[in-house]
Amino acid sequence: MKYIDPHIHMVSRTTDDYARMAQADCIALTEPAFWAGFDRSSPQGFFDYFRQLTETEPRRAAAYGIRHYCWLCINPKEAEDVGFAREVIALIPEFLQRDNVLGIGEIGLNKNSRNELVILEEQIALAAEHGQMILVHTPHLEDKRKGTKLIMDAIQANGAIEPGRVLIDHVEEHTVEMVLDRGFWAGMTLYPDSKCTPQRAVDIIETYGSERLWINSAGDWGPSDPLAVPKAQVEMLRRGHSRADVSRISLDNPLQFLRQSPRFDVDV
Amino acid sequence: MPRRADSCPLPYRQAVDLYFMEHRAKLLDVAAFLDRLGRTVERPAQDDFRVAALREAIALLGDGKGEYARRILDLFSDPGTEPIATAGEKGASGAYPGPTA
Repeated sequence: MKYIDPHIHMVSRTTDDYARMAQADCIALTEPAFWAGFDRSSPQGFFDYFRQLTETEPRRAAAYGIRHYCWLCINPKEAEDVGFAREVIALIPEFLQRDNVLGIGEIGLNKNSRNELVILEEQIALAAEHGQMILVHTPHLEDKRKGTKLIMDAIQANGAIEPGRVLIDHVEEHTVEMVLDRGFWAGMTLYPDSKCTPQRAVDIIETYGSERLWINSAGDWGPSDPLAVPKAQVEMLRRGHSRADVSRISLDNPLQFLRQSPRFDVDV
Repeated sequence: MPRRADSCPLPYRQAVDLYFMEHRAKLLDVAAFLDRLGRTVERPAQDDFRVAALREAIALLGDGKGEYARRILDLFSDPGTEPIATAGEKGASGAYPGPTA
């Protein structure tokens, strides 16, 4: 079944993964800017990373018939040094004009610190100034519930961001309801050890419905699975959900959210 | 947001048949983990905060009140509402250590 993986870090994946995703009928993906597993030593490192996201990865994906889009930002794990983060933010506007850029992301919080929050607020303002959509990273594990609330408060305090143009990712059973209740889109990340398994993601769909909800692999350099979305499709089918319901969560919903950007022109 | 009941298309018996063995194995993994901790050397007098949270979560599973996944995640979560002063370590531990830990 056709699907979109709306959150995956292909800079960390091999070309074999592109091939396997294409064989599983992935037609498009979106790649948010994230932490590389180490702190970059200069803003120039981000300049090169943004070139990789806007020049190199679209070419790698196209070789397998997959459309590649991206989101740009400085991620919260490298946002504690406010001065450094501001230098990176200053690089972003020139890249926002590139053909495969959908917005600002994945911004958010990691440890819920004051400096992380300052940089989050400045990147929300950047999105508002340039009319960009937002993709949000929520903190891991014990920090997620508090961080999700702080992030939503910061977005709504800005006043210029429409909640329907914001996807808050990595929701789990204790955060999905609050995100949807405030009018945001919510993403479920399918990880083997943390976040959601495909089984739990389907449980959440069964509990809350599939409106303003999507699933993604967030495949990266850690334990993760670039084929997690088709595995969740299979999990839905084995429980007896219809193919239309499977397509809604894995294809139709990503199309609906992402088509708010005029740059996202994927035909099904 | 209303939560949906009867929204899993599987009949109860079929769901048990499909998932029981997998979750039996996961439960035994938890049991064996706790047994393993009991055989370790240099054991502290009190459980590590993560293990204490795990034991509390296991007890919650038997209370019959449902919403187990959400309630366990809440139990593991930082209950605060304010940002912390500085980020320090990038990683998370999986359970809330308390404000003074």
